[in-house]
Amino acid sequence: MRAALIASTLVLTTGIGVLWQATDEGRALTTETARRINVAETLPHVPDAILETMTGAHLQLHPQPGQVTAIEFIYTTCPTICQSAGADFARLRDAVAATAPGLRLISLSFDPDTDDPEHLATYGDWHEADGVIWTVARPSRAALPRLLESFGVTVIPDGWGGYVHNTAIHIVNSEGRLAAIVDPDDIDGALAAARRLLK
Amino acid sequence: MSRATQILAGAGLLALALLARGWFEATPARHMLLQYPLLIAAGALIVGALAHFYAGAWNRGGVASLLTAMFAMAFWMLPRMVDASVAALPVDIAKAASLAVLVGGGLRLGWPHAHPLLQAVLKAKAVSMLGILAFLYTHAPERLCNAYLLDDQQRLGEMFLLAALVLAALWIVPLFGLSPHASRTRTET
Repeated sequence: MRAALIASTLVLTTGIGVLWQATDEGRALTTETARRINVAETLPHVPDAILETMTGAHLQLHPQPGQVTAIEFIYTTCPTICQSAGADFARLRDAVAATAPGLRLISLSFDPDTDDPEHLATYGDWHEADGVIWTVARPSRAALPRLLESFGVTVIPDGWGGYVHNTAIHIVNSEGRLAAIVDPDDIDGALAAARRLLK
Repeated sequence: MSRATQILAGAGLLALALLARGWFEATPARHMLLQYPLLIAAGALIVGALAHFYAGAWNRGGVASLLTAMFAMAFWMLPRMVDASVAALPVDIAKAASLAVLVGGGLRLGWPHAHPLLQAVLKAKAVSMLGILAFLYTHAPERLCNAYLLDDQQRLGEMFLLAALVLAALWIVPLFGLSPHASRTRTET
């Protein structure tokens, strides 16, 4: 009886402890929540990459000193969610000049095979990305897997020839660290994070 | 079944669940309602064949090993652990090992020793948990796993409901034969 009671108590405390750890102290049941908590707490470094923009120019992924970059992963042939995310990104762009002048926006394609500069430009025109504050770009095919992994983005086929992915706005600071992740329509959250970093 | 056959059958199921992980883990319903039970069955077979080595006072009433099984199950039901096991082979191997040993083995070592009342509580809990998960997965507006589509998540919810109904039927139907009236008729004839 006593041995069984001790064993059960041990299992109970270990079990609760493991679940507590595995959920970031009970805060994160999903990968997406865990990723956001991890980013906010550890500011993980993301690799730099040379991107090709919608004008065919080259652009560094890491922001210039004194700047902050908001990155949203997209694919230009996306019919639905990315288009509304693009519209949200346009709202963020509209707020840059007045509230966070050092903020730059990049819509980054995870489908570089399809998304050549022409496709990127079509997407950019559609959302009126000016190429200065906001540009649309693609990484090289070789750099893509490491980029997706370091940002914590999972892309899966949607079964209809398109993709589904965990859509979010990623804020990268001037040291190349991922400092915040917010929902794609959380423009206030993105601006607040950017302003905090630009101070 | 001889002990050697049990171990072989268990090892076979374990190998099948791991070698065909691409197929099992392509949809959440196959992942959680085919691969998980396979792994648990594999562990129950293997641990069952070795069980008499481990009978002991610590597991009186089966409570300690049933608790172990429940916590290990809860751990691998976390959406983020499901995602992690799809994304990385080492995590998937850890999942296979702990579902087999801790859940399958835990149930196998605990269930026969558990008081009928405890067994009944656990059965009721299993059915109600499946029902809750069915509701959650059919109604959640967002994806809980980055590895799976929303449609497939909803299908998983429907399958959980089906599993709840099947288990409820399996466990309730035999009770009809146990009513005092039925047993009296049997003895009379």
